[in-house]
Amino acid sequence: MRQIAYREALREAMSEEMARDERVYLMGEEVGAYQGAYKVTQGMLEQFGEKRVVDTPIAECGFAGVGIGSAMVGLRPIIEFMTLNFSLVAFDQLINNAAKLRLMSGGQITLPIVFRGPGGGAHQLGAQHSQCTEPFYCYTPGLKVVMPATPRDAKGLLKSAIRDENPVVFIESEVLYGFKGEVPEEEYTIPLGVAEVVRPGKDLTIVAWSKMQHLVKLVLPELEKQGIDAEVIDPRTLRPLDEDAILASVRKTSRLLIVEEGWPYGGVGAQIAYLVQRNAFDYLDAPVERVTSEDVPMPYAANLEKAALPSVEKVFAAVNRLLGR
Amino acid sequence: MDRGLLLEIYRDMLLIRRFEEVAHRCYTEGLISGFLHLYTGQEGVAVGAISAARPTDYIVATYREHGHYLARTRDPKSAMAELFGRASGCSKGRGGSMHFFDLARRFMGGHAIVGGHVPLAAGVAFASKYRAEPDVTLCFFGDGTANMGAFHEGLCLASLWKLPVVFICENNLYAMGTPLYKTLAVEDVSTRALGYPMARETINGDDALEVRESVGRALRRAREEGLPTLVEAKTYRFRGHSISDPAKYRSKEELEFWKKRDPILTLAERIYTLGMADEAQLKEMELEVRREIDEAVEFARNSPLPDEKTLHDYVYAGSGEETAGGGT
Ligand SMILES: Cc1ncc(C[n+]2csc(CCOP(=O)(O)OP(=O)(O)O)c2C)c(N)n1
Ligand SMILES: [Mg+2]
Repeated sequence: MRQIAYREALREAMSEEMARDERVYLMGEEVGAYQGAYKVTQGMLEQFGEKRVVDTPIAECGFAGVGIGSAMVGLRPIIEFMTLNFSLVAFDQLINNAAKLRLMSGGQITLPIVFRGPGGGAHQLGAQHSQCTEPFYCYTPGLKVVMPATPRDAKGLLKSAIRDENPVVFIESEVLYGFKGEVPEEEYTIPLGVAEVVRPGKDLTIVAWSKMQHLVKLVLPELEKQGIDAEVIDPRTLRPLDEDAILASVRKTSRLLIVEEGWPYGGVGAQIAYLVQRNAFDYLDAPVERVTSEDVPMPYAANLEKAALPSVEKVFAAVNRLLGR
Repeated sequence: MDRGLLLEIYRDMLLIRRFEEVAHRCYTEGLISGFLHLYTGQEGVAVGAISAARPTDYIVATYREHGHYLARTRDPKSAMAELFGRASGCSKGRGGSMHFFDLARRFMGGHAIVGGHVPLAAGVAFASKYRAEPDVTLCFFGDGTANMGAFHEGLCLASLWKLPVVFICENNLYAMGTPLYKTLAVEDVSTRALGYPMARETINGDDALEVRESVGRALRRAREEGLPTLVEAKTYRFRGHSISDPAKYRSKEELEFWKKRDPILTLAERIYTLGMADEAQLKEMELEVRREIDEAVEFARNSPLPDEKTLHDYVYAGSGEETAGGGT
């Protein structure tokens, strides 16, 4: 099968959906003439013109709101945040408007809108540019949250997000944009809310998403060597979460490790751990383990950043705790 | 014109220019990481403005703040060490290029969310007024910032509450790859001042002396009448937005046009014309500045990394060394 980069997969998804549906348009900082801050939208201005690929001023709260307003009356915007850190400037629009308009109007308003961009850290970008925003959005009923780890998932899930009738926060990763993987030539979508068993196994379950899937991949060869048969699950959509997939796996393996890039307190992993203890308590042979970032705003210094992030060593240590070794 | 002052302004600008060039080199050598937004070309604004201020006046700046930091502190060592992520850096290696802080010298940070620091500057000025202190706050930001909600709210409140703050927009014509005319519905950023309202000036930011005079007027207005001002300094960055931006969106002719207005070269010409120094004297100064930057690199290189055991320091008050809270 052909291999394309994560950013190309995202671009294909947007281009195909824009070609398919006149109501879909793209808006954000540097998405047009500059070809995208991370070149995700390269060529799209040339393909679709200024009406449908809209360069904005730096005004996240404003253009997120414009997107929501236009969706209230039937357009289907894709709003790009240069990074999800800047979505916090538009937090009010996402939380107070996007997530609530449907309920407040008694179901009169449908809001088919995608907010997308890279989340999490990259390399020494400092405290204001290295944060995981998914827990903020997962907390909020009315929003869906998607975080693909591979080019194939990125394309299939983004197409579904654009076709979805709800506001979707679609979180990519700067360090994955260049990552290549198999993507079918032919048209496909991947449904939101469906996890993937990336590797079947029987000794323990590892749940991880986005960049952390790639961290887990680094650990697997050594685990195999040690005769540990891990089942790896990528939820891909964090809200709605595929609870059944995670529970089925834990009922089989009896041990659960969650690896996430975000902070520990109130993180998505905490919710997963609650779910599992509530619904699979009798199956558990060990307390649920989590590997997260340290509970600290991201420092700049290389050694501190490394110490703050999840690592191969931290995953091994957690696996050992799970297995009582 | 005072000779000492003129040469001091020239030297401060040169220090920034050479610092940025060396920072650029260190980045390509892998000694610095993350984002690096160079100030090259805009030196006239920071140096002109800060030379007009008192050392007790506060400065709040963006991620493109190396120049402002050096203009205030003349301390390339603590700046370079911060870029290297060392414990001896001005933010103890926690901040990096975008987050220089020096509370003692009233440098209240580089801030990396566009517009987010504008209300902070109004808040620092609020505190000065609250405590009946004579200090004024200088707030620097770019042209692209003038569309942010936080910018408008910050200026609204500063005007409403008559806060002693000088807002200095460094209009370098671009916000990343976006030319100003595409995002601003008005010709001059300073016309924005009309609606709040507050006093405004649009000036040539490549003339440090013009900046000094204009900001001087604004500082007096703030100190004596307690009123804010919006100063728009037109300038140009010679490099890309950050080190990873080749700036292909600008024509060679445009860059050449602005390089003729290079604030350092034009000031050197002025110094010669006024007979305040000759080429040999400026050359000597140049060597001195280069030595100073080399020493800063050595200092940074030889400084220890932050201790990993201190990872959790500085998250809450009481963790890590105590620093004086609330001013001074
Ligand atoms: C809220 C927010 N949106 C986007 C960004 C990304 N970004 C960083 S600097 C910048 C351009 C700012 O331009 P301007 O205000 O003119 O300042 P300059 O870089 O020219 O000094 C952008 C879009 C950000 N840091 N914060
Ligand atoms: Mg600018």
